[in-house]
Order: sequence, then structure tokens, then C-alpha cells
Amino acid sequence: MAQSAAPASRSLPLAVVLVAVFLWAVLSRLEVFPSTAFPSPIDVWRGFVEKALHGALLDDIVASLFRVTMGFGLAVMLGIPLGLWLGLSVRARVALLPAVNFFRSLSPLAWIPFAILWFGIGDVPSIFLIFMTAFFPMVLATSAAVAGIPAVYFRVARNYHFHGAEFLTQVTIPAIAPQVITSLRVTAGLSWVVVVAAEMIAGRDGLGFLIWDARNQLRPDLVVVGMIIIGVIGVIIDRLLVRLTQLPSVRWGYER
Amino acid sequence: MSAERFRLEAVSRAFGAVEVLHNLSLAIREGEFVAVVGPSGCGKTTLLNILSGFDQPTSGRIERSGALRMVYQQDGLFPWRSAAQNIEMGLRDVADSAARARQRDEMLKLIGLEGFADHYPHQLSGGMRQRVELARALAGKSDILLMDEPFSALDYITRLRMRHELARLLHERPRTVVLVTHDIEEAAQLADRVIVLSGRPGRIRSERHLLLQRPRELTHPEVVETIHGVLVELGLEHGDGEPLSSEAGLNASEGLS
Repeated sequence: MAQSAAPASRSLPLAVVLVAVFLWAVLSRLEVFPSTAFPSPIDVWRGFVEKALHGALLDDIVASLFRVTMGFGLAVMLGIPLGLWLGLSVRARVALLPAVNFFRSLSPLAWIPFAILWFGIGDVPSIFLIFMTAFFPMVLATSAAVAGIPAVYFRVARNYHFHGAEFLTQVTIPAIAPQVITSLRVTAGLSWVVVVAAEMIAGRDGLGFLIWDARNQLRPDLVVVGMIIIGVIGVIIDRLLVRLTQLPSVRWGYER
Repeated sequence: MSAERFRLEAVSRAFGAVEVLHNLSLAIREGEFVAVVGPSGCGKTTLLNILSGFDQPTSGRIERSGALRMVYQQDGLFPWRSAAQNIEMGLRDVADSAARARQRDEMLKLIGLEGFADHYPHQLSGGMRQRVELARALAGKSDILLMDEPFSALDYITRLRMRHELARLLHERPRTVVLVTHDIEEAAQLADRVIVLSGRPGRIRSERHLLLQRPRELTHPEVVETIHGVLVELGLEHGDGEPLSSEAGLNASEGLS
């Protein structure tokens, strides 16, 4: 079953892409929109080659990836411990959860003015915005996962003498791992979405800036180049994080 | 005369105004297998919590000696640990890692799951999971096994098999066992002593002793007689062999967990 499904799982999506590119070519040939506002696949390909050979395409990709890695990494490193604390302490939860919920409901893009006022233009405002995107959902997801650990695990842990640090690393953390990995995927996706917006306004490079710059130069073909690269990298990031769900010690969270 | 593992003297437990256990006195000897049955709300779980030290009596005294392990209804295994790793939880006091591995493999062999060492609980059937749970509880050094309706989540046939499995494992690794169950058959087939608790507040209503060796057949006359006696006591069967009036049956079944 899985054997026969494997080739189809590759060829079918590829066929969809080819059909989409074909329809795109037909639409641009029919000139439904003027060609200055609707580049053809060939235009985009030429733009891509030009950008890759003479432009700073790789630099832009690296700049965006760096910002996401920093902002998302910081959010995870601080958000998971805070979420653990909120999940384990009722007092901390009562005190802080409303504030966390408030900030989570606030679009991170609303911080753009302050991001620029405080950090100017460059890496830092984007990193800040990505941090604001990923931090609060990570805190909430982690604390909810901790609060939802079945009581029987705590009694078993006591019965088999897991205490202190051992209790945290061998009971609490493995018990929440599947849910935390799921929210890692969600927040990594959000971070990749936000970096584009952040760089459009607060950047001088990066894939978001590439799109903005191409628009200012009236180069819609380069806008599409940026869009395609952003989409492809987003999918690759998710594919990498999916691998975490294949660890044997977390499979239980996805198969029950 | 062997040593006592538990001694309860006039133990009562109340939650606010509600008394759940009333004036319970009970001694359990080392190596004894005691089953506790009774209608729902009779305080079986409270009694188990007091025996395990998880809860304290409101009045009365309890003495306990020996290391104690719990066996739960289901899903007491850590799902992020393989069968072998779960069993190793019972071997945490064994400092030498080679000895630990040897004892772990011994337990896996004892429950007939050598080929499933690296399987995770969600990859095992309910009966296999409960066997791993037993192996974990019996691995290493402990004296007492407290079982809280350990087989109630299993289907009937698997439950019958697990009773034999438990009898066999206890023959290999003798322990003092307190089994709390609503399954009267299970109690009569396994226990040396069946204690029937009354409805709330729970007190000891009767004790029945079975001298029969384990494993026992469910249809052995002494087992059947014990089941019948307990059912009569709970108002679910007549003592005289006459059919039960439907009304009496309904009233009684409401009370049984």
C-alpha cells in the first residue's frame, strides 16, 4: 500500500504544478491583465536567472533565514520554559495567562512602528517582530500541554521515585513533547510569514525587501521570483520540523 | 506466623460531612492476596489511597511495612518509553547497568514479550500493555502490589487470561497483593481472602477465605460458592436458588460499580 502510494505522492503534486504553470502561461498570453502587471513564466524564469547570477538572491535568502532563526529560536528558548512554569504553577497561570493571551491576540505587525523606533532598520527589528510572533503561542501551547498531563502519570512518577530535575526531564517534558512539536510547526510557519512583512518595512535586504524593492523598480517578474522562493523555503522548513514528529518517543502523540 | 504488611485500626475517612470509610480494622499478612469488593461509593478507592499513603485517615491508625508498587486500570505506562524502558522504571535502584539489562530481559521473557522490547505502549494490545505494567511493578525489589481494577479496561476473554498470567507471575515473584475490584469473579478466582465492603460509609461486611491454590479454575466449586456468597450479600442473588424478582435486581444493580 505504502509502496504503491509513494510514486503517486510525488508525481501527482508535480502534475498539479505543471498544470498551474501552463494555465499561468495561457493567462499571460491572453493578456487578461497588461503584461507589466502579469509577468509570464518565461519572464519570471529570466528574472530568476538574472537575480541569481548578478543579484544578491542568496544573500537575501540567508538574511531572512538568519532573522527567522534568531527570532524563532529566542521565542522557543524562552517560551517553552515560561510555558512549563505557567503549566506547573496555578498562581503563575492565574497571574500571567490573561497578559499572554492579550499579546497573542495582538498581530505582531502592530509592533512595526515601535520596532523601527526602537531598533531602526536592519536585522534587529525583524528579529524582534518574529519573536513577538512566536513567543506567545509557544508559551500558551506549552502551558496548556503541561496542564493537560493525565494525573496518573504524576502518581506513577511518584511511585517510581522520579523527583526534581528527573521528574522534569523524564516525565513532564516527554509528556508534552508531541503537542510542543505541533506548535513549533505552527509558529515556525507564522514566523516565516511575518519576516516578509517585517523586511518590507524595516529591512534593507531579505526576501521581503526583495519583493518590495522589485515593486518599486516596476519589476513584477522579480516579485514573483520572491514569492516562489518564500513559498518553497516555507515548505522546506515545515518538512524539516515534521521530522521531529517521527522520533519514536513522540509517535504516541500522533497515533492515538 | 509471618509478618504483617498492613495493620489498620479503627480507620475512618471523611470528606467534609461525608464519611466514606467507617471504623475499618484489618491486618494483611506478608504474602497474602486480599481482594476488596463492594458497591460503588463504598470507599474502595479511598481505602486504596490510604493503603498507598496517598491519603491519610481522618481517625484511626495505619501501619505499613515494605516497598509498595501500584498497578493502574490502564494507561499507567509512560507512552514515551518502550516496553523495555517502562520495565526499567522498576529497576531504578539497580545501580549496575548490566544487571539492570539482565533483569529487564528476564521480566520481558517472563511475560512472553521478548520480541516486543522496543515496542511502545500504543503499538501493543490492551492485554500486552497490562502485562508490561505487571512486569514493571514486579521488576526489582518491592514487597506490596496495590492493584486498582487492573483488568477492568480489557475485554472478557483477555481478562480471564490476565488472571492466569497474574497468578503465574506471583508464583515466580511472590508479593503481598491488595486488589480492589468490582469484578467479583476476579476476586474469587485470585484472592486468598475476599473482603466485601458495605455501601457508604464503607465498613467490612464480610470476609471469605479461600485455601485453594492458584491458578484456579473459574468454575471450581469453591470459587463458584464464593461468587454466589458475595452476590447474595450484595442482593444480586437469592440464597435459596429462587429467581430474583426484577425489582430487587434493579435496586441492587444501581449500587454496583
